[in-house]
Parts: sequence; C-alpha cells; structure tokens
Amino acid sequence: MTTNEARNAHAARDATPALVVTGVSHAFGDKKVLDDVSLTVPQGGFVVLLGLNGAGKSTLFSLVTRLYDNISGQIAIRGFDVRRRASQALQKLGVVFQSRTLDSDLSLIQNLKYHAALHGFSGADATARARQVLTVVGLAERENEKVRALSGGQARRVEIARSLMHRPDLLLLDEATVGLDIGSRESVVKIVRDLVRTEGLGVLWATHLMDEVKPGDHVVVLHQGRVLFNGGVEAFLAKTGKSTVSAAFRAITGTEASVGEAA
Amino acid sequence: MATTDVLKSSPAHAITASEKAESAARRIGFSGYLACFNGIVWREVLRYLHQRERFFSALVRPLIWLFIFAAGFRQTLGVSIIPPYESYVLYEEFIAPGLIGMILLFNAMQSSLSMVYDRETGAMRTLLVSPFPRSFLLLSKLLGGVSVALLQVYAFLFVAWFWEIQPPNITEIKLFTMYDPPHWLGRGLSGVTEPVVTTLFTLPAFLQPFAGYITVIPALIIAGLMLGSLALFMSSVIKQLENFAGVMNFVIFPMFFASSALYPLWRIREASPLLYEICRFNPFTYCVELIRFALHGQIDTVSLAVVVACTVGFLAAAVYAYNPSKGLIARRGGPGGSA
Repeated sequence: MTTNEARNAHAARDATPALVVTGVSHAFGDKKVLDDVSLTVPQGGFVVLLGLNGAGKSTLFSLVTRLYDNISGQIAIRGFDVRRRASQALQKLGVVFQSRTLDSDLSLIQNLKYHAALHGFSGADATARARQVLTVVGLAERENEKVRALSGGQARRVEIARSLMHRPDLLLLDEATVGLDIGSRESVVKIVRDLVRTEGLGVLWATHLMDEVKPGDHVVVLHQGRVLFNGGVEAFLAKTGKSTVSAAFRAITGTEASVGEAA
Repeated sequence: MATTDVLKSSPAHAITASEKAESAARRIGFSGYLACFNGIVWREVLRYLHQRERFFSALVRPLIWLFIFAAGFRQTLGVSIIPPYESYVLYEEFIAPGLIGMILLFNAMQSSLSMVYDRETGAMRTLLVSPFPRSFLLLSKLLGGVSVALLQVYAFLFVAWFWEIQPPNITEIKLFTMYDPPHWLGRGLSGVTEPVVTTLFTLPAFLQPFAGYITVIPALIIAGLMLGSLALFMSSVIKQLENFAGVMNFVIFPMFFASSALYPLWRIREASPLLYEICRFNPFTYCVELIRFALHGQIDTVSLAVVVACTVGFLAAAVYAYNPSKGLIARRGGPGGSA
C-alpha cells in the first residue's frame, strides 16, 4: 500500500460513523417494542434520542450494547457489526446506564480500575487513566472515597468517567440526568458536550427532558418503538410549526399531556 | 483548563485520531484476558472483605453446626468405619466435609442472590458489555465466587483446628473407586462394589502432617465451580429478588439435607431406600464426598466424574441462559432491561 493509499484508507476509516442503526426491530414475545428503527451518530456528533418512558429507548440501548441480539436489522459501532464482531464493537463503546451501576462498597478509583480490567488493562496504566478521567469530571480529589459517600450527581459524573476509561469512540447515555438537581444536570450535560467538542466522541443521549435539546443538535424522536423524526432541531421545529422542542414533540407524537419537561 | 483538556494535556495518554482508528481493530491478547480475570476475581474478594457481616455469618453458620448440632448428635449417631476413614471417628470429624460443602453451597447461593440483585439494579450490565466473550466473563465471575468461598473454608478450618478437627497425616496420594450403580441407571450397568485403591505417589515427609489442607484445594475449586454454575443458571431463571426465598426452600435445604453431609449414606439406606436413592441422585452428595476423600489425600473417582459432569452441564445451561441471542435473559428483556 502506498503512502497515499494508506492516508486515504485512514481518512475513510476515520469518517466511519460512531454508530449506525439500520432497520432494527425487536419484540419480547408478541409485544413489538422497536419497529424498523434507523439512525446514525457521526463521529464528533451529539444526537438526542427523545422519547417518553416506554418508547423503546432502553431496548435500543440494550441491543446496541449487545445485552441481547437484534433479530432484524443491523447495528454497527465504528463499522463493526455488534453481532458478528462484538468484541471490536464493544471496545469502542462507553455506556452510562439509566440505573446506577457503580459498586457502592468500593472507592471511586477501585470502581474505575474494575472497569479497566473488564476492558483488558490494569496496573499503572489503569491507575493513571482513572486519575485522568476523574480529573475530567472534577472528582480527582475524592478518588479514595467510597461511592456511597457521593451525591447522585457526583455518582453520575463517576459513571461518565468510567465510560471514558477505555477511550471509546461512542458514548451512550440513557436518561443520564434523571433524578438530578438542576446544578448536577447542567454539570453532567456540560461535561458530555465538552467531550464531543474536544475529544470528537460520538454521543447518543437518550432523554425525555426536552430542555436538554440545544440549537444545532440532531434529534431522533422515538415513539412507541418507531422513529417519527430524524434530523436537526431547527428542521424539527420547522416541520411541526412550533417554537419549542416540547411543543414540537407533543405535536409529532400526539401526546398533548405533559411530556416530563424539566422545570 | 476546560474539563476535557485534561485528556489531551498528558502526552503519555493523549491519543491521536489514527491511534484510535488503529486500536479499533485490535484483538485482545492473553495479557488482556489475564487483566480481566484478575479484575473480576479481585472485585469479588474486595467486596467480600468490605462486607464484614457476610464474612462472620458465613463463618458462624458452620461453626454452630459443628459445636452445637454435632456435639448433640455425637452420642446418638455412631459412625462405622467407612472409606476414607480407617478408624472410628467423632461425629464432628464426619460432618466437617459436609459443613465445608455447606459453606460452598451458601456462598454459591449468595452469589446467585447478588447476581439477581445486580441484574435488577442493572449492575450486571457493566460486566456483560465488556468486549470479552460472555462465557469467559461468567467463568471468571464464578472463579471469583470460588475464591471467596476458599477464604471462608480456610477460616472455618482454622477455627476447627483448635477443636482438633484436623485432616489426618497423609503419606500417599491415592485413587479411590467404588460404585454401586442405582437401579434407575439400568440393570445392565455393572458396578465396582468393592473399593479399589491405587497409590499414585508418596508425599515427602515434611508435607505429610498438613497435606490434607493442600489436597482439598482442587476438590474445593471443582465443587465450588459446580455449585456456582448451578447458582449462575438459577440467577437467570429467578425473575425477581423476592423469589429468592423459594431458592432456600427448594434448593439449598433439600440439597443439603438429602445428601451425605450430615449422615453416612448407609444409615440413610437403612432408614429409607427411597431417600437413599434421592441422596445418590443429588450432586451435592458427590461434592461432599469429593471433599471428604480429598481431606484424606484420596481422589474419589466417581464423585470427581459426577461433579465435573454436573459442572459442565450447569455451566452450559448458564452460558445459554445469558446468551444474547437465544438465552432466557433475552427472551424476557433482562438483565435489568426494560422497554
């Protein structure tokens, strides 16, 4: 391979989207929870997955993280199919789950080093990386404290730090700010948006809190297992003829009742 | 400095785009597997050491059986000379392997309970989204549980040592075979009804006084793996934490009492032939016998075969249950999964 070919190949690989979901459907027994879902998260892109509770967001996350396999359609992380090349795909994936998944009996750094081990590295590398990511989320001073001593917002920041430990290309965050006070929410959102800007991570941010959508974001509206809208937030407003994301969401999903907008 | 600038500021850890792309295709080598295995085992042990109540309850339970139950039964239950014993033994000495089996059994079920809890809270997901094969992750978790059980067993043996419940002096490592096939296995199967003992090798003199503490280790690991695999499979079957009480009633108690842990099988046969057959069908019986013989420097081939076969069967069932495309977890939307 010549230098130019190598450069071109590298450029092509780098342009590979962080996540591509194509025509994915899923059912539990007779109950269909996802119906022909397609979306793309570009490298360095922030995509908001908007949907009410029960819309299918968590199921989609479970399929992307290969907690169970997709029966139809295809999911690729950085070009690696999660079914056929699961190991390579999962190496590039960082996840913050909806429920708290830290070990409260262990310290912050012990939790992070455990995660490092689950990705195949340990020792000085893991310790150095743990301190680095704790610095990113502003908790470096508390590395030896037990997780149970942290507030909800701080624990969330540790989970974000954990998801960064193995240097992923794609971050999935499932309702990461639910249950947090406004200050903690803003802090978490800022950290993640900074990561997109400075690290070039692709982020899929699932939420039902409409005020977390910002101008310039890409929005995917998931409702009753189907994608109702997939595009920029400005196009979303234009399509529905509404002035706020919340109103546009209500209009497109036909849910006139409250959609859980944060105060 | 902006928060994420930190990630870039350290030259040792800064990653260029090309490095990221290259690392995307990397295959995890042996050192990665070793790091993962160590990490999982280390976490299990660390969590256990942090939970002092769990440590003490695990220790107190068999000691109560040893010092109260066994003391009471010593005068009422005589134990004849049966392999591997070469002389009459105190009842306390007879039930010590059974109590070690009990430690393994309770530890395995405790692991199962914590896995159901992890599944409900979603913590199990952090393990399952690791890039390593799921069978490797589950096996590592099992071995982590076995490591904790070993700590508990040796704490028990340490206390028992002061009451002179100790393995005998062992001069030779032997292979022991004796098997009377049960009727339900078919009349055509011929058994080895008289003991066949083969000496494998002689131990050096300095090892002989405490050899039983070493020779029991493989038996503990294999038996721990069998019970852990069963517990792992059960953790996928149990839908909710509340259902775990049923495990106590329908798994732990029947397994423990319908076995050779508390009384020799010939005694049970005299009392009830049906119960005797149930005890022989119970894999926990073979765990206890494997440990009993191992404490005397002997390998009970029949028990070893049964325990290994059951381990393979239970582990296969557990891996199937956690298989993302076919397993029980996938069918009903776990672990911790919801639409």
